[in-house]
Amino acid sequence: MTALLEIKDLHVGYGQVEAVLGVSLELEKGQIVSVIGPNGAGKTTLLSACIGLLPSRGTILFDGEPIGGLGVEARVARGLCLVPESRELFGEMSVSDNLLLGAYSKRPTRSELLARRDHVYERFPRLAERRRQRADTLSGGERQMLALGRALMSKPRVLMLDEPSLGLAPLIVEEILRIVHDLRQDGVSVLLVEQNALAALNVSDYGYVLETGEVALHGPSAELISEERIFASYLGGV
Amino acid sequence: MSWDIAMILTVDGLGAASIYLLAGLGLVLVFSVTRVIFVPFGDIAVFGALTLAYLETGRIPPTIALVATLAALTVLVEIVRLIRQGTHAAIPRTVLNWGLLPLLPCLPAMLLAGGDLPTYLTVLLALALVVPITPLMARLVFHPIADASVLVLLIAALVMHFLLSGLGLLFFGPEGFRTQPFLRGAIEVLPGITASYQILLMIGASLVLAALFFVAFERTMIGKALRATALNRVGAQLVGIRPAATATVTFCLASLLAGFVGILIAPATTMYYDSGLAIGLKAFVGAIIGGLSSYPLTALGSLAVGLLESFASFWNGAMKDVIVFSLLIPALLVRSHFSTHAEDDAEEEV
Ligand SMILES: Nc1ncnc2c1ncn2[C@@H]1O[C@H](COP(=O)(O)OP(=O)(O)OP(=O)(O)O)[C@@H](O)[C@H]1O
Ligand SMILES: [Mg+2]
Repeated sequence: MTALLEIKDLHVGYGQVEAVLGVSLELEKGQIVSVIGPNGAGKTTLLSACIGLLPSRGTILFDGEPIGGLGVEARVARGLCLVPESRELFGEMSVSDNLLLGAYSKRPTRSELLARRDHVYERFPRLAERRRQRADTLSGGERQMLALGRALMSKPRVLMLDEPSLGLAPLIVEEILRIVHDLRQDGVSVLLVEQNALAALNVSDYGYVLETGEVALHGPSAELISEERIFASYLGGV
Repeated sequence: MSWDIAMILTVDGLGAASIYLLAGLGLVLVFSVTRVIFVPFGDIAVFGALTLAYLETGRIPPTIALVATLAALTVLVEIVRLIRQGTHAAIPRTVLNWGLLPLLPCLPAMLLAGGDLPTYLTVLLALALVVPITPLMARLVFHPIADASVLVLLIAALVMHFLLSGLGLLFFGPEGFRTQPFLRGAIEVLPGITASYQILLMIGASLVLAALFFVAFERTMIGKALRATALNRVGAQLVGIRPAATATVTFCLASLLAGFVGILIAPATTMYYDSGLAIGLKAFVGAIIGGLSSYPLTALGSLAVGLLESFASFWNGAMKDVIVFSLLIPALLVRSHFSTHAEDDAEEEV
């Protein structure tokens, strides 16, 4: 079985400085894969390169086809989707408009569009209550829900999440991660970048530990969690 | 100044304001989506006016040749770019989009021009002929440097202005044109004060267009995509909006607005190939009042510019333009006082 998303020997740099040095990674259909590692390890850089916001060297295969030469929009149109660390919402637009734009790449019919939005509202009732509110007036947690909801509007095949729990209260983190877990039922594969290593490994099937731009360790999540020695040395314990 | 004169000047000022309103909306639209301060807006408006004049007098407008030249040039440049990238497969689509699509309005124009056409047809043809000019020019000039700083884009826009007025001289010649008013006669709006139907048409058309513009922006998906691009470029890309495509749509809309400006102004003022800069700059004053980002404030700014211009020409005709442009100073002062934060955002993008 070929992986849905396959990254081989990827190098990404900012000018002369390389932040990702030959990372290889695989994500299979319906899988949740987490990428963990300390600050500055290159996790955000890796995701930015996958979606095409940063140029990279190496191979990125999506569904077996190389997508390294495509622009961001073309990758999004194929079903790749990124919720970036910085969220990148449309601040002056309403929650509803933000969601509607989420489906832009798929150009669904009007009724399909509204059905998708209602589906997101069902998943995040809090967004439904605030549908007319401007995105830049939402709380941090609501913003994260909106970013996630906007991504779901495009019905992505691979969803890349960069620190979805950033700055959120434990209760909301749990809620967000539960939703990530549920996405598998909808056939969405998830590449999850998290600071909160234990929580990430708990919801994922497979994990990669990134350190200074290189994969230091990878394996099934359960094994990574149980290997306490490695866990402690790479992640500073929990 | 007597009450009558003030009223007459006000009516005149509103007529001018309606022109600056449309031009100001165009400038704000282009700037917010592409970060280009679109100096050549007025030049495109002049092309609209001159095209209308040619059609009205039963001559073939040189705009056809202009559009064809630009389309040929754009296709050439695009093909060279595609070949260098090694993406030959995209060539047929490029030829279709940049070569044939812009020529579409030329065909009916060629068939119909030269005859005695009803007014609505000349207006439609003039608009249709002007629409491809801006997107083609922008593809040539701005697309290769889309990520450059605002300053570089502004310099490119200035170059484009000189290029366009040069092309204007080449294609339309140095003589001035003034078209027939669409409506004749006048109506007494207040006791003793008359306004010509033509000026009321200008004001009405401008208001209707501005309203349509707002509705399109708020309600349609494309309008939302344009706004989204203006608000957050990265966010827009992440939902699959192609910046190059929104830029092209934006320049088409700007072209259309410029066409309307030209057609509305053509019966009121004699237009020369180089009359565009003054229109563009005065609209720019209005747009600056709106901080190049707010449509409602731009509308107010355009109103101020139009009225000030009208009254200034009564007080001191020679100093008219000086007075209008000095409106920039209080406008900028007030803006820098109230919206340091918006300016910071703009800086960051640079
Ligand atoms: N725009 C940039 N220019 C230069 N260097 C950068 C830039 N962005 C990131 N870097 C550097 O690249 C390295 C990797 O950064 P990255 O943001 O990918 O880390 P991260 O793993 O996402 O960290 P965190 O967990 O803090 O989000 C860091 O050393 C960072 O300083
Ligand atoms: Mg990061």
